Amino acid sequence: MRHIISILMENEAGALSRVAGLFSARGYNIESLTVAPTEDPSLSRMTLVTRGTDEIIEQITKQLNKLIDVVKLMDMTDGPHIEREMMLTKVRAEAHGREELKRVSDIFRGRIIDVTDKTYTIELTGTGDKLDAFLLALDRALIIEVVRSGVSGIARGERALKL
Amino acid sequence: MELTGAEIFVHSLRDEGVDIIFGYPGGAVLHIYDALYNQDKIQHILTRHEQGATHAADGYARSTGKPGVVLVTSGPGATNAVTGIATAYMDSVPLVVFTGQVPTHLIGNDAFQEADNIGITRPCVKHNFLVKDVRDLAETIKKAFYVATTGRPGPVVVDIPKDITAQKTEYHYPDKVSMRSYNPVHVGHAGQIKRAIKLMLKAKRPMLYTGGGVILGNAAGSLTELARLLGFPVTNTLMGLGAYPATDRQFVGMLGMHGTYEANMAMHHCDVLIAIGARFDDRVTGNIEKFCPNARIVHVDIDPSSISKNVKVDVPIVGCVDNVLKAMVKLIKGSKQRPDETTLKDWWQQIEDWRSKDCLKYDRDSDLIKPQYVLDTLYKVTNGDAFVTSDVGQHQMWAAQFYKFDKPRRWINSGGLGTMGFGLPAAMGVQLAHRDETVVCVTGEGSIQMCIQELSTCNQYALPLKIVNLNNRYLGMVRQWQEFFYQGRYAMSYMESLPDFVKLAESYGHVGMQIDKPGDVESALKEAMALKDRLVFMDFITDQAENVYPMIPAGGGQNEMILV
Ligand SMILES: Cc1ncc(C[n+]2csc(CCOP(=O)(O)OP(=O)(O)O)c2C)c(N)n1
Repeated sequence: MRHIISILMENEAGALSRVAGLFSARGYNIESLTVAPTEDPSLSRMTLVTRGTDEIIEQITKQLNKLIDVVKLMDMTDGPHIEREMMLTKVRAEAHGREELKRVSDIFRGRIIDVTDKTYTIELTGTGDKLDAFLLALDRALIIEVVRSGVSGIARGERALKL
Repeated sequence: MELTGAEIFVHSLRDEGVDIIFGYPGGAVLHIYDALYNQDKIQHILTRHEQGATHAADGYARSTGKPGVVLVTSGPGATNAVTGIATAYMDSVPLVVFTGQVPTHLIGNDAFQEADNIGITRPCVKHNFLVKDVRDLAETIKKAFYVATTGRPGPVVVDIPKDITAQKTEYHYPDKVSMRSYNPVHVGHAGQIKRAIKLMLKAKRPMLYTGGGVILGNAAGSLTELARLLGFPVTNTLMGLGAYPATDRQFVGMLGMHGTYEANMAMHHCDVLIAIGARFDDRVTGNIEKFCPNARIVHVDIDPSSISKNVKVDVPIVGCVDNVLKAMVKLIKGSKQRPDETTLKDWWQQIEDWRSKDCLKYDRDSDLIKPQYVLDTLYKVTNGDAFVTSDVGQHQMWAAQFYKFDKPRRWINSGGLGTMGFGLPAAMGVQLAHRDETVVCVTGEGSIQMCIQELSTCNQYALPLKIVNLNNRYLGMVRQWQEFFYQGRYAMSYMESLPDFVKLAESYGHVGMQIDKPGDVESALKEAMALKDRLVFMDFITDQAENVYPMIPAGGGQNEMILV
């Protein structure tokens, strides 16, 4: 099963490498990982997407909790939550192809944020699945570059990951 | 008054109650060594290799329960210490290791003797710190001791750049630190403890399986009380030996790959398994698919990540082992219920049948010295009351099988990492902590050569260790596996060109003995023990072909032991 694990950790040099090191040392997989400071500058928030059986996910959360820099964590997938990822896609956009690209982008509620006479850069936000679907809808040959931010997540309603 | 970082280092250790450290100097830590020179509260033991320093601190820690402290220089000093740090990590031993670092402005510059100590040690420490500001030094040291010694203990590295040790600031050592991200649990969940007791009291074939956590958590007394109260059989892991008196009838011996037949059979057939401070290591469980097929499992451990890691358990209890065991004893004493005597009697009958196989028997009439006989005799000659360290290999297993430890913290060995070279320096740490006790290092001619240089340290500090070298001219454990699983192709397991250990010991200023006849074993051991203030190196020329039995072969279950 795919899990989104959110982690509050001390905003210290090396904290990220402890998490990354844990995953490689124990052979857990990381699908994506994002990290940035929070409104409290002493804390960073990391969002990690991983896959595993229930037993593995249990071990992952226990091992993460054991890291001294980890203050608190939450498995978003344990309850209702919202998942978002941002993607920037640069595509070759020439002649009549430009119209078609604009249409596909609109269907996915993308925004064209940079235009040259040969390219479009499209910004798109959504779940990982939606971003995958968008890429599938594009003609592969037109894609010049894709940048994905990695997943961030937040619990719905009152449930929150905070100190 | 303002102090330099080096002075703060020394003051902090003193205020932490440290009176002995193990180390080796070098450029990056010279300010610190200078500060150590100017005081006499902290004794510094100069080993001959940084690995020796970490193992010595480790032996000190395991035998006392106090944290071991190490000081090494940057670069090669720190990398040499890594094996010792990893050894302590695998066995959850509290160490605080201070590593020198190049000055802050040179970090990342490939400076002379620079190594990324934080990066290199990260996977084998409980935590590590880089001190970037002299004003953080004292508090960081306090945190290091706090993290190393609380919860599930472990080594902590503090990396100190050289310029920090020269800078000055006001000194204040905090009495206490708290860290919002680190809150070890103490008491176990009351409901879970009750559930466990219910299960235990109803058990028909109960088994107490206890590990190093009982020793680390100073819970041997409570374990003994609980076991006696219930009348259940007890087995210890390699790391747990001494947690329950080995001479007690309820003790069925060590379990696992080279454990006793009765311990492993009882594990396999039990219906309620109470695991305490143990971690279901693969050397213990054998084939996990076949492990304890009929048992409901209670697991008490301070580390939640140990629970249900390898084996799914029914009643997890996270907490200090001693607290949980005390709570259990109290609840059982307070209730009228006791385990059913007749069912328990039947279970014991079965265990006695297994015990009667005498799985540790060996040829007592051989013309060659049997290693088991040396350990049997060592046990007798020392009245079972020595501190025994070991290296890694066959001799380690024989020591674990034949020396019956009645007290905790007397059996000191590298169980988790299995580090050859551990025995001698660890014994130094033990002896320094217990000046008047007998400290024996059981080793092999392979292992002893991995840290043999420490014989020099033993001379400098007059450490009267008794070294029992079971010299089979083979990397015996490797040879045994090659005999069993590689049709006797002894690739690189024969130890050629061995030194003359007697002369070697003598050249380091010690007493050397070589013993090659079974008839001389006892008298040699007695003679050595009588030399109270000398290190005696006993080189026992043993039967080369002897193997460690019984054995659970790879892929086997605990009920599939090969007996002699
Ligand atoms: C540092 C290290 N290197 C290699 C090994 C693998 N190993 C395990 S036991 C063993 C043989 C040990 O030989 P010896 O010390 O002579 O003891 P014996 O088994 O003969 O009693 C070896 C090489 C190890 N445990 N540690």
